[in-house]
Amino acid sequence: MGFLDTLFGRSKPVEPKLDDLFGLPSAAVQLEAAMGFRPTGSGSVSFRAPEGKPFADIQKEVLELLAMDDGNPGGGLPVEVTKDTYGYTWLVSNHMSDEMDALVTDLHAVNSALVDGGFGPQLLCTLVAFADDSHRRLSLVYLYKRGTFYPFAPLSGNNRDNALELQVKGILGDDLRMEQDLTRWFPVWGAPGL
Amino acid sequence: MATQTRYAPDRGLSVRMTATMFLLGLVFVAFVALIIGIMTAAHASGAAIILVALVFGGGSAFVSLFYSDKIALAAAGAREVSPKDAPELHGIVDRLCALADMDKPRIAIAPARMPNAFATGRNSKNSVLCVTDGLLYQSRLTQEELEGILAHELSHVAHKDVQVMTYASLLAIVAGLLVRFAFYSELFGGGRRSSNDGNAALLIPLIMVASAVVYAISFLLIRLLSRYRELAADRSGALLTQNPTALISALNKVSLGMNQIPTQDLRAAEPLNAFYFAPAMKLTRGGGGGGGKSLSALFSTHPSLEKRIEQLEKIQRELSQPGADPRGIR
Repeated sequence: MGFLDTLFGRSKPVEPKLDDLFGLPSAAVQLEAAMGFRPTGSGSVSFRAPEGKPFADIQKEVLELLAMDDGNPGGGLPVEVTKDTYGYTWLVSNHMSDEMDALVTDLHAVNSALVDGGFGPQLLCTLVAFADDSHRRLSLVYLYKRGTFYPFAPLSGNNRDNALELQVKGILGDDLRMEQDLTRWFPVWGAPGL
Repeated sequence: MATQTRYAPDRGLSVRMTATMFLLGLVFVAFVALIIGIMTAAHASGAAIILVALVFGGGSAFVSLFYSDKIALAAAGAREVSPKDAPELHGIVDRLCALADMDKPRIAIAPARMPNAFATGRNSKNSVLCVTDGLLYQSRLTQEELEGILAHELSHVAHKDVQVMTYASLLAIVAGLLVRFAFYSELFGGGRRSSNDGNAALLIPLIMVASAVVYAISFLLIRLLSRYRELAADRSGALLTQNPTALISALNKVSLGMNQIPTQDLRAAEPLNAFYFAPAMKLTRGGGGGGGKSLSALFSTHPSLEKRIEQLEKIQRELSQPGADPRGIR
């Protein structure tokens, strides 16, 4: 916030940065080579919908936005719309596990559609899920406002595998802009698509 | 400034805040000019008092700003909680901070039954957000309402309100100290000095009166500024969560102590109870209702509930304009 905004006590909505998402495919290759984590093919986008509208309306509005973006009113992007316990709306996109490029293209399209629809400042994060052969789960979370990624590795019972997360941060440091401020690595328990 | 901002700032609020700060500055400049005038007219004895007050006042303001988080936590008897202790609270704050792109404050819980929350700290890295047990467990807030309150407090952190208000109160602190010092020096040293110099005998009372006036004016201006900052935090908080309605109902529950909106049908409840709610509300908050003219409204640090709700309802209408392109809101 600028000096004037502080003086007047107003906060500006922060517009998201989207382009860094395209670093994900190469990061996925790196993750598999180094640690055996493969994408599950699932990715999701979460944002805060304004109050007052029934969830069904938001669902419909978002799907319409996506359909318009696709230039194909009948089809649109195949996403599921859900709402989490914190009141955020999630759009989940599912692909085959080897279609990382397509998944990222989809996620970017979903994000751009939301930004075009005026939801930009309300975007919370984008999440891409990975798993390894021993069924350890890992996701990369993208923070729009910072333009950075961080790993989130949930264990059972609201614990997280910090060692694994730090290892991932080290490995992906060259491919993606990792979030250096560890206090920003907030857990997304129970996120759809995880 | 972003050109395509989704929420235009509230111009009226900005203007009023600017006017208040301008007046504070004006009082400050006048005060400094007066002191310089007195100092040039006086000997070291008068100047020393002013210098001591400045050092004392400035020092205490700096200390209270620097340790504001620790002082407030200790005063409230609050303890910091980790994400493990209060996962829901941390979850809400985590998400709000990510939305607003701000540093996450530490989180503390105070063992008080009164439902309330505060945020303090000298900067965003060193701030702490504290909620009371009463807010979490006894006020029957829904999660959305709790989120609204947390967003309001986070807005205080983002707006650096602790800093702004400390700087704003600096003048009042110094002026208040001067009144006291001048009073004591008049009590104990006045007679001695007047025998030496007739000029100085007049000087001390002059400083005292001027300081008292400055103190009174700046006190009122600070309270006014504080009320504007509250409105600004309400506004930013509601826009952050996109949910002014939840903040309105949270305000109602917390401010009015109306912890239980009756779950019983009012007609079934005792007739007297049904009658009591509205007048009780009017009585406790009536001071602010009369256009801010009454004394309690003038001295209050918070705007009246009516004003706060009125503003939030405006945001409510802006957000729910049917089919409006959200960008179109001006």
